[in-house]
Amino acid sequence: MNSDSSDLLLDVNNLRVEIAQRQGTLTPVDDVSFKINAGEIVGVVGESGAGKSITGAAIIGLLERPAGIAGGTVSLLGQRIDNLPLKELRKIRGSQIGTIFQDPLTSLNPLQRIGDQLAETALAHLPVSRSEARDLALAALEDVGIPGAAQRLNAYPHEFSGGMRQRVVIALALIAEPSLVIADEPTTALDVSVQAQILTLLKDLCLKRGMGVMLITHDMGVIAETTDRVVVLYAGRVAEVGPTASVMRAPLHPYTAGLMGATPSATRRQGERLQQIPGSMPSLRNATVGCAFAARCQHVMPQCIDVRPPLIEHESHEVACYLHDPTVAPDGARHQLISSHGNSDGVGQ
Amino acid sequence: MVQNMSRALVEVQGLGKRFDVSSPWLNRVLAREPKRYLSAVESVDFVIEKGTTFALVGESGSGKSTIAKMLVGLMPPSTGRVVIDGVDLMQADALEQNQLRRRIQMIFQDPYASLNPRWRIDEIIGEPVLAFEPEISRRDRSRRVAELLEQVGLSATDAHRYPHEFSGGQRQRIGIARALASKPELIVCDEPTSALDVSVQAQVLNLMRDLQTELGLTYLFITHDLSVVRYMADAIGVLYLGSLVESAPASSLFDTPQHPYTRMLLEAAPRLDGFGRQHQPPAGEIPDPINRPSGCFYHPRCPFVTPKCAQEQPLQRSMGQAQVACHEVERLPVYHPGQVIEPSVSN
Repeated sequence: MNSDSSDLLLDVNNLRVEIAQRQGTLTPVDDVSFKINAGEIVGVVGESGAGKSITGAAIIGLLERPAGIAGGTVSLLGQRIDNLPLKELRKIRGSQIGTIFQDPLTSLNPLQRIGDQLAETALAHLPVSRSEARDLALAALEDVGIPGAAQRLNAYPHEFSGGMRQRVVIALALIAEPSLVIADEPTTALDVSVQAQILTLLKDLCLKRGMGVMLITHDMGVIAETTDRVVVLYAGRVAEVGPTASVMRAPLHPYTAGLMGATPSATRRQGERLQQIPGSMPSLRNATVGCAFAARCQHVMPQCIDVRPPLIEHESHEVACYLHDPTVAPDGARHQLISSHGNSDGVGQ
Repeated sequence: MVQNMSRALVEVQGLGKRFDVSSPWLNRVLAREPKRYLSAVESVDFVIEKGTTFALVGESGSGKSTIAKMLVGLMPPSTGRVVIDGVDLMQADALEQNQLRRRIQMIFQDPYASLNPRWRIDEIIGEPVLAFEPEISRRDRSRRVAELLEQVGLSATDAHRYPHEFSGGQRQRIGIARALASKPELIVCDEPTSALDVSVQAQVLNLMRDLQTELGLTYLFITHDLSVVRYMADAIGVLYLGSLVESAPASSLFDTPQHPYTRMLLEAAPRLDGFGRQHQPPAGEIPDPINRPSGCFYHPRCPFVTPKCAQEQPLQRSMGQAQVACHEVERLPVYHPGQVIEPSVSN
């Protein structure tokens, strides 16, 4: 196997999720494509309703009727996983894809001791005996930095603090050594000091084991500090994909630029006015024909309203915006975007 | 904010709140347990100048919201005083209290829970107008509601709609319009944008600043998010387990944080320009507020801890423009953003 194909871990191609409703079909994820390589942390960022979590749920096959994958493919290590029967899918969940959700209390069984939950997961996915599973559980708790791990194996979830509980969830997700971890807002419910601990832990463990991580969050600061590449979602579509530092310093899509300008930051000058994006994200019921951001965009052109912009490669990014399509936009407009957002957002200057 | 122009609107002195968290009487007697108390807030002092924004920052369990409730009179303090424009909120008689109440309003965190879903917007905003001006005619009232809606960037025709027809950001605007209805001087904002998306948060924060300039409002701004504080506040108080560890003007707090906890908070917050930043995450977690550590509450997590810290609770002392509660503050190293603090203790 050559190195190019072995590096590619997850390949999401033109993924489309539909929810059938009496009033018509909603499309919360519409033609989303991105890749995750082994050992890479990819951030998926967007505001509420952007389709971040549904994309994650679709990848691990957690969508339930009336929602379902209506198009596109999801491949893990070259194997398609979007059309697998439930039995096959259950083998992949946990063993090849680990998941970490926002609220650690609802991801753990409140009636089962932590050690039993960990050992059960190891037994389900690995060819180990009961006592070996127990040893693995202890090692997993030690790896995530839980003090006194041997005694804590017999504790119930409610006996842990929020941060410690999220560590247990991480141990649970990683015990079968999956190649991909999907972390959906793993630190949103935690305080900043604990958030820093959990993110550092996640980063260290993934690097050590060469896992790929899909980190879903709405927090641009978390994206900046944790991820290698970022996928910016807007209204169920990909707005921009690229290396994190480059996307955040010199955003190409007007939505990414607006998001950066609107984010308050401790490094910004005091009293500096925040840029605001007028309006709010369109409702799923009013699906747009053209660019979903057109109604809020200050660079809107006639094409934006009529025809949906395709994802085009520009510099090191992929961006769905006509401003960067030389056949549509004059050079002047592109220049204007960079000068109105890129230099005034106080980032990376 | 010229020094001789400034006048204190709010003075909080030795404010404290203790909750009884004992088990029920019979269980306690059978198990021979003593009564147990939780000190949510303990001897907090601060002053808010008229027309400025004072921010209270802290992690969960630091007593932020309890202070907000005591300030607006939703909860009586166990100790200490809240003096608003020279009038003690607890000593005042019913008439004085009623007059004070119209001058203090509150904006809540969750715009989905803080608006009655069965009321139309004109009823929601019109109620405080009617409460403080019972004589007002129906026509004047709806004119006032229309004015308020336009002031917060909504349209007068929205008055006949119900809360569910609005997005989160628009609902928070309605919450602000309702707070403005009684023409208040002080608005207590408890995490007003935590439930909102960033692009909408920017709209609401900008609106709040514009209203402050326009109407000369004074804000007590409560949040866990330091970056929002930087944008909004003139002065900041940092809370840890119910006590103020540091209070300082905003610029001085961000440039030269004094207390080790403030330094930790600034270090731990993710940065927009922190690409691939490697830093030592802070040690430990917030202790149980029922069994708080002895001495300085922060000493089990503090990298600069000394034996004295475990024994004696530090008093507030002046350090430059800041008031800091730390025994070691004079001997701490100069703060450099991004410095790696090696913890000397581990838990």
